[in-house]
Amino acid sequence: MLTSNLPLYANMVASGVLIGVIYALIALGLTIVFGVMRVVNFAHGELVVVGMYLGYLMWSAFGLSPIVAMPISAIIMFCAGYLLQTGLINRFIRRPHHVQVILFVGLALCITGLHMIIFGPEARPISSAASFEVVELGFLQLDAVRLYGALAALALIALLLAFLRYSDTGASIRAAADNPIGAAAIGLRVNRVFAITAGIGLACAGAAGTLIAPIFDTQPYLASDMTTMAFVVVIIGGLGSVVGALVGGVLIGISESIAALVINPAMKSMISYGLLIAMLLIRPQGLFGGRQR
Amino acid sequence: MAKQISRRTILKAAAASAVVGAVPIRSWAAESAKIGVILPTSGVFAFPGQQSRKGIEYAALVNKERNGPNMEFIFADTESKPENGRVAAEKLIRQGCTALIGAWDTGATISAAQAVETAKVPLLINIGSAPQITEQGFTQIFRNFASVSSMIASAVTRIHELVTTQKVMPKSAVVLYVNDTFGQSALASLDAIWEKAKVPIKIVDKIGYDVRAKDLSVEVAKAKATGAELVLPITRTNDAIMIVREMVKQKYNPMAIIGPGSPGPYERAFTDALGKFGDDYMICVPWWNPRNPRAKVIAERYEKMEKGNRFELNVGFSFEAVEVMADAVKRAKSNDPAAIHAALKTTNIEDHIMYGGPIRFDEKGQNPNIGVALLQNRDGVPTVVGPQQITMAAPAFPMRPFAGR
Repeated sequence: MLTSNLPLYANMVASGVLIGVIYALIALGLTIVFGVMRVVNFAHGELVVVGMYLGYLMWSAFGLSPIVAMPISAIIMFCAGYLLQTGLINRFIRRPHHVQVILFVGLALCITGLHMIIFGPEARPISSAASFEVVELGFLQLDAVRLYGALAALALIALLLAFLRYSDTGASIRAAADNPIGAAAIGLRVNRVFAITAGIGLACAGAAGTLIAPIFDTQPYLASDMTTMAFVVVIIGGLGSVVGALVGGVLIGISESIAALVINPAMKSMISYGLLIAMLLIRPQGLFGGRQR
Repeated sequence: MAKQISRRTILKAAAASAVVGAVPIRSWAAESAKIGVILPTSGVFAFPGQQSRKGIEYAALVNKERNGPNMEFIFADTESKPENGRVAAEKLIRQGCTALIGAWDTGATISAAQAVETAKVPLLINIGSAPQITEQGFTQIFRNFASVSSMIASAVTRIHELVTTQKVMPKSAVVLYVNDTFGQSALASLDAIWEKAKVPIKIVDKIGYDVRAKDLSVEVAKAKATGAELVLPITRTNDAIMIVREMVKQKYNPMAIIGPGSPGPYERAFTDALGKFGDDYMICVPWWNPRNPRAKVIAERYEKMEKGNRFELNVGFSFEAVEVMADAVKRAKSNDPAAIHAALKTTNIEDHIMYGGPIRFDEKGQNPNIGVALLQNRDGVPTVVGPQQITMAAPAFPMRPFAGR
């Protein structure tokens, strides 16, 4: 039975890994903002949906494929994040958590409302030629949009890791994350570092949104699912950990695929939440979570 | 001798006129009947909810042009939340609505039905198919839409008619269904009726998925693994798009895809998203009658007015709800809820746009004469291919493989 279904299981695992990498990029945006500023962005899913609409617009207006549109979305969203942080969020950094929650929930509602007004409630699918293509690797049949999306997401994650590890700005971000008061004391412009971090967070959301747009049809109400999924991934991977986001994303992608195949497709989300609860019970800091400040 | 008009007579006449003039002569016809419309115009069902609203507004325009009764429509949004049906109904009744139309979604309709029952205000259901709506003893509701059980029974008849008239007969079928109230009711009805109708095709698996599913690759892979020659999706629009997209990618080419009573794949969103891959898909749903010249004119005018929108099920039944209400208000000669309720009870509209027999309501408020057509997407346009009396083209069966298109 298992042998005869092996290609099916292998395909599902591969599909889970591919979508998991894109989930990781979504979660990375959330975790990096939290890791540096200790601010939980409850509007993260809405920002992913902004990236999806950007991808949809570039495809429908100029015929750009999501892979080509992705860096443009990332740049637009980076600028938006920078401005949002300097204009709004910096004023709330040292406020109580519940005030921050209200700010981000309000922001989320505004973004969804704007999507409804501008684009309407209907789904906006991207149906390019790649939407119906598969790439065959032996007995594996990989969905082309997932494969290209995952590769692009992986490249972006690698680039981001290199930037954080080897650039001066990356070192400043790590310093501000580690000890913002100490960083300020040695002359680091912490608010500027926060703005760059928010820009990176939104760029990840925007890029991931554009990559995922041909897989999940764009609509305003996807946002809450995206936010929840990002939280599940970062909690499993460990809040603030980049590697944790990658591992958590892939884990969720695979578990959803296998659960749908083995248990019941209607209950595939149950496995993600089951994993989340188990993680909170066994290792609350997540797989790669560090010490708590 | 002619009687002279004295100054006193003139004064008396003037005073009498003033008194009569002061008393408002109110005619029901001069006053607008306030009709409340409950729809999910935001939230997950916003797309069909907004389509339904367009149908109501279009019918209101046509009613005005035809010098129909004076009606004012007041809209309330349920935000796709079932519990908001009651809140919306109560709000509209407080605003002076003497009859309601709605609520598209079964849960919201049942919730609204409780409010109209208390207030004794009639509710005309444009869309909402769960059988329990008319089985709970409500006295104020009227449904001009098929219950899911009758819709599925008619759909099974259409499928049976189709497969028995073809040269090749599929042996097995797989059901892919959306796992919500509608999907589960439809699945239960399909199970019961399939057996009863003795359709010579074995249902080999039933695969459910979440109403908010974003990806149906696993579900389609499971369906493909069954080797079923017939795919019966119980869907809405987005999930139907995802199913076909996955079938193309996974090279799953059954003899036919037939949605039994499934809303969605006749929408422009479906045919635009899938292009040639959306063709040959079949759906069994209540539909407008293409053989009725008036229905044809109404549908064509709507599609010209609302570029990018199709005159489909949501628009059609919402349009017809206004026509039924106008007929009732006209016969009631009153804006009183009880009079409108009494008039709705005696509705008998022979010539109407949606396919089926005369619009009449039985003792439970259900119109038992709603017809179900078999549609097939042809060159991106849903075309009636059954039953025989309204068919516009012969069905393409088996469907063309995706790769050869």
